[in-house]
Amino acid sequence: MNHLEHKHDRAVRYFHWVNAPLLAVMIWSGLLIYWAYDPYEIAIRGIVLVKFFPDWFYHHLDLKFGLATGMAYHFAFMWFFAVNGLLYIGYTAWSGHWRDLRPTRRTPIEAFHVVLHDLRLRKEPLPPGKFNAAQRLAYAGVVMMGAGSVISGLAIYKPTQLAWLTTLLGGYQAARLEHFALTVGYVLFFIVHIAQVIRAGWNNFRSMVTGYELIPVAQEATPHVHPKPEPAASAS
Amino acid sequence: MSTPNPSLPPVPPEPADKDIARQQMWRMTRRGFVRGAVAASGGGLGWWWLQSRSTDNGIPWPLRAIHRLNERLWGGAYSQGRLAPEFPPAMAAEPKPNGVYGWPDDTDPATWTLTVSQPEAVGRVFRLAHLVGHPRVEMTTELKCIEGWSQVVTWGGVRLADFLTAQGLGQRPGGDWYPYLSLSTPDSKYYVGIDIASALHPQTLLCDRMNGEPLPGKHGAPLRLVITVKYGIKNIKWLSTIRFQDERPADYWAERGYDWYSGL
Ligand code: HEM
Repeated sequence: MNHLEHKHDRAVRYFHWVNAPLLAVMIWSGLLIYWAYDPYEIAIRGIVLVKFFPDWFYHHLDLKFGLATGMAYHFAFMWFFAVNGLLYIGYTAWSGHWRDLRPTRRTPIEAFHVVLHDLRLRKEPLPPGKFNAAQRLAYAGVVMMGAGSVISGLAIYKPTQLAWLTTLLGGYQAARLEHFALTVGYVLFFIVHIAQVIRAGWNNFRSMVTGYELIPVAQEATPHVHPKPEPAASAS
Repeated sequence: MSTPNPSLPPVPPEPADKDIARQQMWRMTRRGFVRGAVAASGGGLGWWWLQSRSTDNGIPWPLRAIHRLNERLWGGAYSQGRLAPEFPPAMAAEPKPNGVYGWPDDTDPATWTLTVSQPEAVGRVFRLAHLVGHPRVEMTTELKCIEGWSQVVTWGGVRLADFLTAQGLGQRPGGDWYPYLSLSTPDSKYYVGIDIASALHPQTLLCDRMNGEPLPGKHGAPLRLVITVKYGIKNIKWLSTIRFQDERPADYWAERGYDWYSGL
């Protein structure tokens, strides 16, 4: 026997699923822009470890000669991305959901335990809670990164009219690098996020679709739907 | 991703038809996926719609419209007092000379002319000597190319606003400014359009010196525009004509897919 347990508010699910394709459009159009001047690489003592990006990358993803197109998409979809993100942050603040995401003093060490646990190097069960410490760090982090993208984006979008902001971020080229690095950060987040979603399984994924998780209960417990079926029935 | 609470007892297998929660979950999941599919199709359709629109100067017209919307918004928030930061002149260096469109054969400063015209008035022809007497400005600012690179450069010249005001150009008899300027090279191979607010910005210069020397040929000698509230594409080199007008002027790069306003 199972019962349903509410996990993700409808608003959070909407913002989350709207965000994913918007971010994809922002990254794609950002790459079209970046191609026109692509100086970044990770090098140690002159040896290039990662080049952003090798020619085949632009070639196969059809990212060449699209600066004007990229700017047009980027400066259109930035509004949707920013508004969706602001609504999410606003909702999170208003609903108290931020308490689920906020890292605490214990979070760093607990996050380390989670990693050990996930790598099967640690047997102790994780403390109960909606999000474990690693998730708190990752989710709170990625939300801050989203804010950082909007802010560093503004700094390179209006570096004269918003010169104070550009200067605050270390100057025009520094802000451009920050804007780019955050995007690399999303991609890394995304890889871990998807791996974790797959690892956590169907019930967890479904909770981001329906809002509810199916929780096994003891045979003798009264079968019930929790909370009341009304909100469940109207949840999408 | 949260691990199920490990203290819960194991679930005895149950006939599916008795498990109300499981049935309800199934219905919600189906509904969620149906809605998700509808939303994804809607999004896909919207994406297809956007990309298949007729183009307005190189980009789908809805994107052009959003460029205009952004222009209205940022133009409205624009303030003449907000300046590009200045840097120590020691940081200045030569920028990459990107564009050569409109580079004339004859760039002799002695014979170079700048023609300024406006509706219902005869065009006036100036020589570089006419710049003398206006307050000189030296500023070390960062030139930003629309490609993404930038270079700190020391520019020397005369504020466009000072020149226009002193010469009584660009204003209607009543005193209000024409909203747009069209600027071009002698052969009109390169031309840009600029809004009046940006033209009157205190860091918009008629520039004849770069990094302490006369402007080099490939950087627009003998006269170019330097305008810190715009990308490099608007900093027209070999500036030869300025025309004030009521209609939005043609712009070389705006016709090739870029934002007409290109304001920084
Ligand atoms: C399209 C692929 C994606 C899938 C399948 C996916 C799936 C999920 C799932 C199942 C959860 C719930 C996790 C849990 O309850 O433990 C979740 C939460 C979350 N995801 Fe994703 N996600 C995707 C893309 C993204 C992207 C691109 C971002 C942002 C960069 C993102 C950011 C988040 C955040 C911040 C949360 C926590 C939301 C909250 O509770 O406030 N996701 N995601």
